[in-house]
This record gives sequence, C-alpha cells and structure tokens, in this order.
Amino acid sequence: MSNNRIPSGPNTPGSQQTPTQQGIKIFIQRDYSEGTAVKFQTRFPPELEDRIDRQTFEYTIERLNEHFDMAETADCSTYCEGCLACLTAYFIYICTETHYEKHLRKISKFIATQNERVYNPRGIHLTDPILRGLRVIEVTIIDVPNCQSPTGNSTTQLRHT
Amino acid sequence: MASRRVTRKWEVFAGRNRFWCDGRLMTAPHPGVFLLTLALICGTCALHFAFDCPFLAARVSPAVPAAGAALAATTLAALLRTALSDPGIIPRAAPHEAAAAPEDASAGSPTTPGAARPPPRAREVLVRGRPVKLKYCFTCKMFRPPRASHCSLCDNCVDRFDHHCPWVGNCVGKRNYRYFYLFVVSLSFLAVWVFACAVAHLALEARGAGGAGLGGALRASPASALAAAVCFLSVWSVLGLAGFHTYLASTDQTTNEDIKGSFSSRRGVSNPNPYSRGNACANCWHVLCGPLAPSLIDRRGVVPPDGHELPPAFVAVLAAPAPAPSPPEPRDAVRALHAPAPRAKDSMSGSYTNLFEASESARHAYMNRSLELDPVPLSEVCVQGASESGAAVAGGGALSASRLRLLHDTTMIDAALDLDEPDPPSHLATAPAPLPHLALAL
Repeated sequence: MSNNRIPSGPNTPGSQQTPTQQGIKIFIQRDYSEGTAVKFQTRFPPELEDRIDRQTFEYTIERLNEHFDMAETADCSTYCEGCLACLTAYFIYICTETHYEKHLRKISKFIATQNERVYNPRGIHLTDPILRGLRVIEVTIIDVPNCQSPTGNSTTQLRHT
Repeated sequence: MASRRVTRKWEVFAGRNRFWCDGRLMTAPHPGVFLLTLALICGTCALHFAFDCPFLAARVSPAVPAAGAALAATTLAALLRTALSDPGIIPRAAPHEAAAAPEDASAGSPTTPGAARPPPRAREVLVRGRPVKLKYCFTCKMFRPPRASHCSLCDNCVDRFDHHCPWVGNCVGKRNYRYFYLFVVSLSFLAVWVFACAVAHLALEARGAGGAGLGGALRASPASALAAAVCFLSVWSVLGLAGFHTYLASTDQTTNEDIKGSFSSRRGVSNPNPYSRGNACANCWHVLCGPLAPSLIDRRGVVPPDGHELPPAFVAVLAAPAPAPSPPEPRDAVRALHAPAPRAKDSMSGSYTNLFEASESARHAYMNRSLELDPVPLSEVCVQGASESGAAVAGGGALSASRLRLLHDTTMIDAALDLDEPDPPSHLATAPAPLPHLALAL
C-alpha cells in the first residue's frame, strides 16, 4: 500500500493521494491482560453503533480470540511437533505447515466468511490481523448507509477528505 | 531482475535487514562477524575430521567420526537457521494506524489524558495483574507489545527481543530463540568433543608406538594441537552462555529483561515475572518446543499492485470522487449489497468458493456505480505509482523503493501535511475520533 505512495511523496500535490483510500478506520487493539498470547479487546467501538449490533461483533471477536488461543496453546501434539522439529534440526519446517499456520489459515477463512455474510453487506470490512502484524484488527467503514440508519451522517464523514 | 513483474514485500521492507534468495533468507545488515563464526566452526571441524578422526577411527572406534559428524551437522544447521530466519520482526504501522494510536491510548488507558499531536511515550497495561509499560516506538510508529524491543542495528522492533547477536549475524527474538538455544548447546558439546578428541589423539600419539613423548606428538600432529587450542579458548564462553540461556529459558526471561533487571525485586518489593508459567520445566517446554509463531513480515508476499487489501466493492466505493451521490443511488447500492446476503445464508454449509461468487455479484453492483461516477483518477494514480516504483526497484540505483519508503517513514511527511488540514465541520465535533484517520488514511 505504501509502496504506491512513495513516488508521489514529498513533491507531488496532496490531491493525488486522496482518491485511493478513505473511509473511517477503527482499530481493535490487543488485550495483553493474560500475557503476550494474541488476544483482542472485545470492547465494542462506538463508531459501529448504528451499523451492527453488539452481540454479532462480540461474537466475531470472541471466536477470533478462541482461534488464536487454540493456535497458541501448546497441547501434546504441539510439543511433539516441536520435539520432532528439534530432533530434525528444524528442517521439518521446510516441508510441513506448523500448528500455528494451520490455525492462521482457519482464522483467515473465518474472517473472510464473516466479512462476506455479516460485515460487508453493512459497509464494514474487517482486515485479517495477520496483515497488520497481529497488532490490531483494522475495521474499515464505508459510507453506504445502512437501511436502519436515518441520518446521512456517515456520508458526510467520509466525504470530508 | 528487470523483467520481474511483481514486487515482493521484502523489496520495500523498511528495516535495514538484508535479504537473500528473493526474500527466502534474511540477515542483519552486516553479516561479517557471522561469516567469521562460520569460518571458525567449519575450520575447526575440518581439522578435526582431517587429522583426528582417521587416527581415532582406527585406534578407538569408528563411532568417533560419526558422533562428531552428527554434532557438527546439528550445530551448523542451528547456526544457519538462527542467522537466516526472521527473529520475530513486528512490521511497522501503516500511517493511518499510526494516526489512530494516540487516541486509542487516551481512550484506553487512564494514565495518558488529553494526548494530542505528539503521541504519548508510554502507556501502561496490566499483564496478569502486573503493570507493564508499553513504550511508543517512534520509528515503527506503534506501542511496542510487551517484551518487544527496538533493535537499533536492524532498525526493527523484534518481539520477545533477546539480544542482537553479531556472532550469528541476526537478532535473537521470539521466532529464532529456540534455534539459537540449540546452536549454543550443540556448539558447547561440539567444542568439548573436538577438544577431547584432539587431546586423546595427542595422548595416544605420545604414549604409543615410539613413545615420542608430548613434543613428538605435537610434531606429529600440529593440527590437533591447533584444534585443541581453539576449542580450549572458546569452550568457556560457550559453556557459560549455554548455562545462562538454560537459566533464562527455565524462568522464561530474555537477556534484555535480565540485563535491565525487569523482574528483580526493587526496594524489597518482589517483582515476579508475569510471563513465567510457574515451573522451570513448563517454561523450557514452552520456550523451546511450544508453537512456533508465524513470521509477521511476509517477506515473500506480493505487494498488491493497486495498493489495498479491501474487497473490490469497498475499493470502488472509496474510489468514488468527493461529490456525494444523489439520494436514489445509495438506495440501489444498498439493495445490491443486501441481495447476495440470503444467497450466502443458503450456502451456509456449502463450499468456500460459493462465497466468492456471492462477492462477485456485490462487486459488480459496486463497480457499476463507481463507473457511473468517475473511475479515472484511481486507475491513473495506481498505474503511475506501480510503474514508478517498479522502475525504482529495477533500476536499483540510489533511490530504490526501500530507500524511498525509509525516507518517507522517517520524515513523516504525511503527518506534516496533516497539520495543515482545515478543521472539521462543527457537526462532526461529536465524533472526533475518525478524523485523523481520514486525513492520514490513504
């Protein structure tokens, strides 16, 4: 993304930068209360208030946290995988997918499904956290007003820039 | 190289790491000392296999060279793995994310009230009930996760940063600590083994056949004496390091935390490590054999040519120019948006591809709408940007893509531009949070 922006860097007018991407972006931050394992805050962002109900959003985040928890938990098979990898001087990782990567694929799939079924029709898009270094879940809101929302407020917000 | 059609992410990587084999391998910027380490290990092993092994295989057992070969292979594999893999680099925040960080800090943490333009330098979170300070990294433009630290040599934040090891030519962090530990342990075994073999060779030579004594043995095999000397000098530090890292792994600490004394008791108040799992075995298991975290920098990933990961439908809407559409149009768009939803529900148990078909129809609806309005600017800008960056990469001159991006990141041009943005309309004052994102989002 930034790649494209580099050539139009300091000496080109700012108007070139505006058409590519706007929309409201909000970021769900990591929750470190239980250690450094990947977990996201389930606090409901007020920006989503008139677009989606709280339960649906919290369900998504909780399921996501469960998936990450499974990826990070070390059960017996994970330890066996680790030991086997150690014995083969970690060459096994060249041929097989790690336990974590398997779960990451499931997570990407889960997010794509949720986007498709729940979020995109309401003008919301969740970005897979792996694309943001597992630091944040980026939520993009575009200005297609929901049928239930009577105000055109979101439109003007987007159009501002 | 010039005919390459895609730009991979390692080519535009912001840190100072060097990449090899089209991004498959990576090292720190100056791998000179690493080559010295490699030469020392290989040289000593070569002396061992060339001079000690034939003698000992004949006089003692053929198992001697076999054991030596296994140890040497393990050591070299672990060394290469440590040196050439991603230590757990945390990718830098994109500008719109960086712009969002201060607000989040002021909203999420009570310790930083009223943070404005310069982001607060730190915020506190509770990790298992213990306060941990997250520092703001001005280079990576984010709050570092707990245990991460910025490596000044590689210019990256590294997760669970242990130290930057010049001997292995890489940072040691979350992802390669286990390789590093295996390297240190196997190297100490190897050093002891080579030393023992060399001494045994000299002793057998001295006592055997002619009874030439030590002087005669040294004259007969000076290579053994050299190998023994190298091992004798290095084995102490390596053994010490192996012991130290065994202690660290069993308490789940990093060298960085140990040096800073993060978990040492202060003024009589004990300050236990919140990341420890309670007992030494569990810590060792988790650190050395636990699930291997994925690489977050996606070196081999292709930079999306049009510059965003949003679905086409979103891109089309976002690319629409500033004048707001007339009322009937959004209604159409909404209807088109909701049309695929029941279909997706029908195929709830269906395959994944059905969903993409559903998204196809949504995309077309969006595309039509955006075409009506004005599709030109987006495509022009994207094509121009891609071709320019492509030229920069292919040229490989002074202004490579990564350099440009570094310049861009360090000067924070966007942030500077943002200062001149006009104030938002008054009716938006109730929701101030998204505005800086808008200004910086691109």
